Amino acid sequence: MRYAMAVDTKKCVGCSDCVVACQTENNVPIGYCRDWIVEVTDGTYPQLEIEIRSERCNHCENAPCVRCCPTGASHYSDGGTVLVKKYHCIGCGACIASCPYDARFPHPDGYVDKCTFCLDNRVKKGMDPACVSVCPTKCMYFGDLDDPRSPVSQILKKRKYKTLIPEAGTKPHLYFLI
Amino acid sequence: MREEIITSGRMNPMIDPQLHIWHWHIPLYLFLGGLAAGILFFAALYTILGKEKENPTAVKIAPFITPILLVVGLFALFLDLNHQAYFWRLYTTIRLESPMSWGAWTLMVVTPISFIWCALNIKEIFPRWEWKFKFLYDLDAFFRKHLITMSWILLIFSLILGMYTGILFSAFNARPLWNTSILGPLFLTSGLSTGAAAIILMSKSHEERLRFARIDIMLIGIEMFLIVHMFMGFLASTQVHIEAAGLFLGGPYTTPFWLFVFTLGLAFPAILEVLELRKFKVPYMIAPMLVLMGGLLFRFIIAYAGQASRWLY
Repeated sequence: MRYAMAVDTKKCVGCSDCVVACQTENNVPIGYCRDWIVEVTDGTYPQLEIEIRSERCNHCENAPCVRCCPTGASHYSDGGTVLVKKYHCIGCGACIASCPYDARFPHPDGYVDKCTFCLDNRVKKGMDPACVSVCPTKCMYFGDLDDPRSPVSQILKKRKYKTLIPEAGTKPHLYFLI
Repeated sequence: MREEIITSGRMNPMIDPQLHIWHWHIPLYLFLGGLAAGILFFAALYTILGKEKENPTAVKIAPFITPILLVVGLFALFLDLNHQAYFWRLYTTIRLESPMSWGAWTLMVVTPISFIWCALNIKEIFPRWEWKFKFLYDLDAFFRKHLITMSWILLIFSLILGMYTGILFSAFNARPLWNTSILGPLFLTSGLSTGAAAIILMSKSHEERLRFARIDIMLIGIEMFLIVHMFMGFLASTQVHIEAAGLFLGGPYTTPFWLFVFTLGLAFPAILEVLELRKFKVPYMIAPMLVLMGGLLFRFIIAYAGQASRWLY
């Protein structure tokens, strides 16, 4: 089982509903967020292109954060998700420095926090992650890459996609449809 | 052609400033750890070689500051943690993939030995020192009997400690400036050089000072070569590495690094030490103090600049 997510950059309007849904679902402290919107405007006026992406932890297959964690708090969990064990984390910050996607942050309580793909609170109960389920343009797809019938496998078969900085060697599990 | 990119609205105002996760604690600790490793390396080396008489400061006096350096360094590390109550988790796991993990274990070997080393030489500082209990005399005799074995352990682990301070950084591929394997040898050389400088500062014997000045010149030479080599490597690498090097070649860290670290912290003290060896009258304190300043600044600059370097996407 390999959980993955695909975000359609052609359909995303950058409304930030995914950000708010995640904050609500996961009790993310005020001012912090586990997912965020990036808008890239590319070109010279009047030939401009815009790409909007909903970004979060890439749940990498070769995760630098897991590799450098001195206590094993950052670990691979079910379906290849990368999670943090709260009471094993010493808050040293090595994983924050090691993440090329800047997806982690120190929670005010001390441990390091990040996107969990809503694994325990939603996915294991058969629901989609909060961000996916609220998206008003339905631009996000979630599922198991090993299951050819999962929404994410289906859409990746049909559409062109990219991952962020694949040259960092992290094998990310967050795909962007282009 | 891509002429203009505007990236806006990451919309995590509380997180982006936090990505500069390491402040003064880590570079200070890396400096103190490297310095302690340098001093202990020379103490162990000259004990193994049987040259304690010729190098009284290196073997017997200078190691007295190492427990202080290590404890202050460890305390800085502790202050740096965000989840301090769980720091003991470091010592319930050994993760060979994580430099921070085996660094923590290396400290658990080096720190006790540094205390034992001081205890064995305590009469050098307090000539009338007497241990209060018999078992302390027995322990004293035990460690004296196994001094050479302990010196070998210390020699190896002080090298690991000096090296690990650099490898800690080089393990992070997300920060291109740190992501070079040269950083391990470079920090080790710098640590040994600052160790030699500290010994020169504390030494009362002219011959010993000159011996360590000679060692220091050699180490500074290696260090300067490694620094140039590091930038050559960056410039021959990918765009992110070229931009990381750009922080030092025209970017914000150019003056602090090339003036204060490379010129005043390495080249100038090396010249002063050469002049001293050529029997010119140079106040001997200046060169080692500059080396120590350069070593401290070097770690601050690498720690801060590294966090400013990143992948582009």
